[in-house]
Amino acid sequence: MGRYAARRLLQMIPIFIGTTLLIFLMVHILPGDPVRAIYGDKAPDPAQIAAIKREYGFDKPVLEQYVHYMLNLLQGDFGKNLAGRPVIDLMSDAFPVTLRLTLLAITIEIIIGVGLGAWAGLRAGKAADTGVLIFTLTVISIPVFVLGFIARFIFADELGWLPPNVQDSTSFSQLFLPAFVLAMLSMAYVARLTRTTFAENLRADYMRTALAKGLPRRRIIGVHLLRNSLIPVVTFVGTDVGGFIGGAVITEGIFNIQGVGNLLYRAVQTSEGSTVTGVVTVLVLVILLINLLIDLLYAVLDPRIRYA
Amino acid sequence: MPDVTKAQTTDEALLDAVAPPAVEVPAGQDEKKSDKPRSLWGDAWYDLRHRPMFWVSSVLLFLLIVIAAFPGLFTSVDPRDGDLVNHYLSKPELTHFFQPDWFGYDQQGRSIYARVVHGTRASILVGVGVTAVVTLVGALLGMLAGYFGGWVDSVISRLTDIFFGIPFLLGTMVVLNAFTERKVYVVILALAFLGWTSIARVTRSSVITAKQADYVTAARALGAGTSRILFRHVMPNAIAPTIVVATIALGGYISAEATLSFLGLGLSDPTISWGIDISEGSKVIRDNPHTLLFPAGMLSLTVFAFIMLGDAVRDALDPKLR
Amino acid sequence: MRGARSAKWVAGAIVVALAATACGGGDDTGSDDMNKGKADPNGIVTAQLSEPQNPLQPANAKESQGSRVLRTIFAGLVDYEPGTGELEYVNAESVTPNDDSSEWTVKLKAGWKFHDGTPVTAQSYVDSWNWSANIKNNQTNSSWFADIVGYEDVHPEKGDPKTDKMSGLKVVDETTFTVKLTQPVSYFAYKLGYDVWAPLPEAFFKDPEKYGENPIGNGPYKFVSWEHNKLIKVRKFDGYKGPNKAKNGGIDFKNYTTADAAYSDLRSNNVDWIEQVPTTALTNYKTDLGDRAIDQEYSAVQSIVPAFYTKTFKDIDPKVIQGLSMAIDRETITKTVLQGTRTPADSYVAPGVLGYKKGALGDIVKFDAAQAKKLIQEGGGVPGNKIQIQYNADQDHKPWVDAVCNSIRKSTGVDCVGDPKPTFQADLDARDNDEVKSMYRGGWVLDYPVNSNFMRDLYGTTAAGNTSGYSNKEFDELSSEADKASSIDETVKLYQEAEQLLAKDMPAIPLWFYKVNSGQSTNILGKIPYGQDGDPIFDQVQVKQK
Repeated sequence: MGRYAARRLLQMIPIFIGTTLLIFLMVHILPGDPVRAIYGDKAPDPAQIAAIKREYGFDKPVLEQYVHYMLNLLQGDFGKNLAGRPVIDLMSDAFPVTLRLTLLAITIEIIIGVGLGAWAGLRAGKAADTGVLIFTLTVISIPVFVLGFIARFIFADELGWLPPNVQDSTSFSQLFLPAFVLAMLSMAYVARLTRTTFAENLRADYMRTALAKGLPRRRIIGVHLLRNSLIPVVTFVGTDVGGFIGGAVITEGIFNIQGVGNLLYRAVQTSEGSTVTGVVTVLVLVILLINLLIDLLYAVLDPRIRYA
Repeated sequence: MPDVTKAQTTDEALLDAVAPPAVEVPAGQDEKKSDKPRSLWGDAWYDLRHRPMFWVSSVLLFLLIVIAAFPGLFTSVDPRDGDLVNHYLSKPELTHFFQPDWFGYDQQGRSIYARVVHGTRASILVGVGVTAVVTLVGALLGMLAGYFGGWVDSVISRLTDIFFGIPFLLGTMVVLNAFTERKVYVVILALAFLGWTSIARVTRSSVITAKQADYVTAARALGAGTSRILFRHVMPNAIAPTIVVATIALGGYISAEATLSFLGLGLSDPTISWGIDISEGSKVIRDNPHTLLFPAGMLSLTVFAFIMLGDAVRDALDPKLR
Repeated sequence: MRGARSAKWVAGAIVVALAATACGGGDDTGSDDMNKGKADPNGIVTAQLSEPQNPLQPANAKESQGSRVLRTIFAGLVDYEPGTGELEYVNAESVTPNDDSSEWTVKLKAGWKFHDGTPVTAQSYVDSWNWSANIKNNQTNSSWFADIVGYEDVHPEKGDPKTDKMSGLKVVDETTFTVKLTQPVSYFAYKLGYDVWAPLPEAFFKDPEKYGENPIGNGPYKFVSWEHNKLIKVRKFDGYKGPNKAKNGGIDFKNYTTADAAYSDLRSNNVDWIEQVPTTALTNYKTDLGDRAIDQEYSAVQSIVPAFYTKTFKDIDPKVIQGLSMAIDRETITKTVLQGTRTPADSYVAPGVLGYKKGALGDIVKFDAAQAKKLIQEGGGVPGNKIQIQYNADQDHKPWVDAVCNSIRKSTGVDCVGDPKPTFQADLDARDNDEVKSMYRGGWVLDYPVNSNFMRDLYGTTAAGNTSGYSNKEFDELSSEADKASSIDETVKLYQEAEQLLAKDMPAIPLWFYKVNSGQSTNILGKIPYGQDGDPIFDQVQVKQK
């Protein structure tokens, strides 16, 4: 297992370099001059702009900038944004917020998703199953931003149960609504996935064996069925982290949350290359590590899988 | 786009974890329904015809395509024509079917009904366009990687990993930010830029399964050329999972376009897009929810129809799930 | 009506405000009377702010958020009287020109001190200006010093600076220095009200970076702390000698990222002042707030500008542009789509600025579809019969651009569509590189309250703010004559003549003047006074005794 993990880690290196290079190129090929934009409608000063660009190294070829960036990165230096604030500071402000939001969302996603899915799966083909199917299809069909506006309109503005904006990102009650909106879509997928695997595994041999052994129904479902059905769900939740970050751009925007999504959205809009590259680099790293973790988790959940 | 990535990742997960590729089930095994052996496709069609979901979504989609192709049949009002003096944010008249004031007017005094009708084309074009590009590119790369293996596979697979590594919505935002004028084809290409990876992965794995089949070995033994084996034997038997993923993702792309338009990075003027209208409507939702609800409802209905179709197709092509 | 829902979060807060007058109506109750009660000289005012984008240091404060804080910490040489735009001395005893306004003598009031106890001297100003102008220090406002002799030496167009001192600045004694200009500028003293001309203490030059996080000024408030993305605190400086001593104990600038969040806090009295009512609440805020609502014009104008290098507007008959201007129903659009946040423009110059003349542009800005059509026909029509209005989609411009286009389309038959650029950068790029397709959105907020700022800096042939390719010799001559005029009154008058020249040529179609739509909490005594720049005069705000 250790060797397997080491090999996987080594394989991650080219992917990591490729991904960061790709995002670096994408950001730097963008039109629009972030330095010029500081001046807005007012008169720009070409000489000053050139001097600022020299300071940031924007006058060098892109590949040279990339190598330079990566070398600094290895020493833990993410560079500065155009206002002179270290990108690492911006990220250490934003990441904990998004982490809280995402964890809350994943919890909601798993509890409701697995619950609904299991319920439908145990009653495959019955009315409950169809009901869950239609519900999940509907949720999947409504884009997150529409869902966000509607949820806020109903729960915050009309009913007044929850605050419409997040001022304090450590407050559970303020984060609940955005986390719920963020979780909805994945929750629908988790429900469908759970339903399918449940229905499938119900027909599996080991279930028949367990029944024959006379195990109580609760134990069969709670231990045997659940454990075996959770593998694809875990995979899904893991691969879904990227999707969560995408969703966070929307939810954080609608609910005024100062997280990674908001930081990235603003950075993309203002062509803040160093911030975009920094954040995406960290995200890619996180996603790669989570995928590795999930593969290792397999072995724990499924005794049939052994890594040499 | 969350929708898309999720549609894709789920499906991969579903296909990987739950059901082996449909091709593993040779044609004609369905003994109880017919005495004549049917091909996979015939079997799927038989199955589809008996699904109400398939028919509901087909009728919906047919209607949407007619609206997209001939918006003039449904309204004669110019969707850009606003009358601020008389129609500023007028409320909907829900009984005035197919009239300009059916869905009310927006903050420019324009008929929301006319805008919803005329916005259909862009959404459908983007959805179908992205799916076409993604399927072509993804399937081709996946097939090459799966069939040839070796270094071809290594190169393509790493490339796929790299493009897959960048969060879909964020990457697409960066790409679209580079274009000052975003017509339909620009949005299609931007969404396809990071969107092809799932199709490539799914196709690769089903091609690997298919090429080990006996009939491929047989064909090779009989001296068939590479391209003949690839296109006559492997592809038809490996394409089913690809089609399933593509169909389901289609709805996701439409939703992705709307989300990007909402962020100000999707289609741009003068294209009429539901996403832009939803974004404008969200600013006055407090007293005028109709400005948001009608375009949002139409958008969701369209995505719903495509996802339902994808679902039906998957169930039909994937006998194990029945 | 609880809280509000944000629509879109806009990249940068843009909003500023000016002089406040009560707007009637509302459900004001006796106990809530904002004018009753006693002022608490140590009361703390809480105000909305977004995170400043740059270190807190005067020459780099380009955006409104950093400026808002800096203006409380620093006192400049001069300031402007709200409403009239007349000059007032603050740190300066006097600022006097020589005969042709090419050399100015600044006398400081004696005995002033920075918050760290060091004296404010002529040297503090000269050092500050030299440092800020130096190209090596990368100050975005450096070009403000371009009028001073020796600017090219510290700020060459290419290469390193030859020296770090501008030869035009001379310290005469402890409290006197002279400024030599490359050409006469009769209103130079007016420019001195802007943030960049602030003095800097010695502590700054030792470690500018550290200073930016912990600024030391000479103003009515001293800086206390800056918790990023949360709170900036400033407190009354007891040793302040200026005329504008703080009438409250200090200000807490609370960080908000959306107008919606700030607005809900204002309504629950958690913040005393917000910069702008969110779009989503504009229709209701006057009933929400009663006479605590603030609704007032400020000195900024929005216009659409023809790019004269395009096929459409090359060799155009100005009559056509006049026609387009008359095809825009400014009244209706400001009332509906813009929800009363602007008032129709009647001049190139915004109100509250020296030389603003009501109705200066006469009928050209009045909506008259028939006359518009006629003028366009007489002028030979719009080539291609189509115009596009370029704007940046990252701010809330789309609604009014759509409305303007619709108005033009309907009343003249000229096709008109918006041409959105995704970001402000892309928008500016297209303007700088002469890639605008036919027209673009223009906006101008005053730098200093003289009408020249709204004309020479935008429509002069060589003006940096002129990106439309407009050039009119007559106007250029008149404006340089005006700049050399013996008195500011004369300058203003000549510029008013120049405005009539522009009206004939139409280098831009003025649309509307900006307004502040804001509010104050019940903790505040009286109406919050606003300055010329559209921000509150925080030192004059009074807090009710509890």
